[in-house]
Amino acid sequence: MATTNSRTLARFMLLPSVTLLLAWMIVPLCMTLYFSFIDYNLLVPGEKEFVGFLNYEFFLTDPAFFESFFNTLLLVTGVLLITICGGIGLAILLDQAIWGRNYVRIMVLAPFFVMPTVSALVWKNMLMNPVNGLFAHFAIWLGFDPIDFFAQMPLFSIIIIVSWQWLPFAALILLTAIQSLDREQLEAADLDGAGPLSKFFYIVLPHLSRAVTAVILIETIFLLSIFAEILVTTSGGPGYSSTNITYLIYTQSLLQFDVGGGSAGGIVAVIIANIVAIFLMRLIGKNLEG
Amino acid sequence: MGSITLKQVTKNFDEVNVIKPLDLEIKDGEFIVFVGPSGCGKSTLLRMIAGLEDTTSGNIEIDGQDATHTPPAKRGLAMVFQSYALYPHMTVRNNIAFPLKRAKVSPAEIESKIANAAKILNLTDYLDRKPGQLSGGQRQRVAIGRAIVRQPSAFLFDEPLSNLDASLRVNMRLEISELHKSLSTTMIYVTHDQVEAMTMADRIAVFNGGIIEQVGTPLELYKHPVNEFVAGFIGSPKMNFIAVPQSEDKKTVNLGIRPEHFIISQEQGTYKGTVGVIEHLGSESFLHVTLECGTTVTVKADGDCPLQYGDAIFLSAQENKTHKFDKNGLTIKTTL
Repeated sequence: MATTNSRTLARFMLLPSVTLLLAWMIVPLCMTLYFSFIDYNLLVPGEKEFVGFLNYEFFLTDPAFFESFFNTLLLVTGVLLITICGGIGLAILLDQAIWGRNYVRIMVLAPFFVMPTVSALVWKNMLMNPVNGLFAHFAIWLGFDPIDFFAQMPLFSIIIIVSWQWLPFAALILLTAIQSLDREQLEAADLDGAGPLSKFFYIVLPHLSRAVTAVILIETIFLLSIFAEILVTTSGGPGYSSTNITYLIYTQSLLQFDVGGGSAGGIVAVIIANIVAIFLMRLIGKNLEG
Repeated sequence: MGSITLKQVTKNFDEVNVIKPLDLEIKDGEFIVFVGPSGCGKSTLLRMIAGLEDTTSGNIEIDGQDATHTPPAKRGLAMVFQSYALYPHMTVRNNIAFPLKRAKVSPAEIESKIANAAKILNLTDYLDRKPGQLSGGQRQRVAIGRAIVRQPSAFLFDEPLSNLDASLRVNMRLEISELHKSLSTTMIYVTHDQVEAMTMADRIAVFNGGIIEQVGTPLELYKHPVNEFVAGFIGSPKMNFIAVPQSEDKKTVNLGIRPEHFIISQEQGTYKGTVGVIEHLGSESFLHVTLECGTTVTVKADGDCPLQYGDAIFLSAQENKTHKFDKNGLTIKTTL
């Protein structure tokens, strides 16, 4: 059914949901845009006057902005690296015929179901705590000084926590991709004299490239807006060393009550996200074609 | 440089016995076809020879060396898969070069071998394309090219033509036969299509339920099948089986007559029957005749056969062209 008639009808049918989605996106965006051009501080009641690009100037020249910008990039790339590499390894392991494979798969997926605040709390209090944490006990047992993770390596600790949450997602997508690999190709490679390493690099990895692309794109969208893990563990500190753009916007508008400045930051974040998206699509989007 | 001997080879999948103890000798340079209905174990046996399946018991010898536990790559065999199993992200050139690169062959030699294989298989213009941009027949040729460049001691084909359309299949059949003549390397070819088996093979091994029913040249199988199964499987259209209620020798239960061995007559004959559907192929016609005893037989007639649907005719078998089978389905040897 691809007559002109049916296509027109299809567009009509799509209209309500598309309109709703568009409104859902456009209204908050326009409000943010509006707030970003006025002097709007919750501590200063009264006239909200138009200030032009002043909010943007303040936000972009703030030294905290650059630090949080690089923190954001570090956070995204770090988590991507860990989840992709770990995910491929995990997917290959899960693809092996082991006893109780189905249960193992469900267990592996578990961290993805734990909400960010809870998993951050678990890591903060049970694992990384310098006094009571498991890692501290382990370090003492081995004869080392326990590490105070959130004071000594705050951003790295957050990368670890977020990676733990996203590893199952990557592993699951990559596992399904591995399972769709034609077994005869691997058998042909066997006969062609390819060892396990050659098989991985010449057959499995190229086959996974599309899935890896999908994982990178999806994860990037979510990783740019990491917030709960930072709020629960380090509150962006010490200093600004674990603040990302999202958290900086939160500080600006809700801790300093500067809604105008926060909104300007929001618009900047939207622009950055789009730049990253265009950059990614150019770089790896061709993998998704054909 | 390519003789393969199977000694008492068996294969079990868990509890299920797929291949019963089996002996087979494949001579150097021979084109042998494994043919049989699906699920008869012919592909499994091929994969065991290739080393892709473990052998449960028995020995596989390649060139006199025991290769039962040798890894696939070390057996010196090349396989062409049903799905072609080309590497989709590599160009045709890299697909063909893959086994050579793994074997650490020098780049210059790889280049010359690819050029040579491409020339034999008419792939020269397609070397820089990817498998996705090729037609079915071309992909098949790339898969063969990948096998040729390794100069294996034997080629294994696992139903390589079943994904092609009918006319292409006839062409590829010829190409593979010609390839065998020019390379004179041992080839083992698995198929469920008895026409492929008859046209290509030096020898055919007919499989059924995990055992080899009979091994022989195509004409041997056609003329002297050992039992009803082989008789019914080899030859197209199938041999007709007519029940014999009371035979002279007291042993014959079924009489087998091939469609091409009937004599049609309007006046007299052994069997009386009514003509059903007639299939005209131009060069010949196939009549489906219902005999008085209720059995339907296929009869081959001339292309311009004047008979009509519903005509009454008489059939009789050509002398010495009938096959007699006892109650176990075994052929009763007639002394000539």
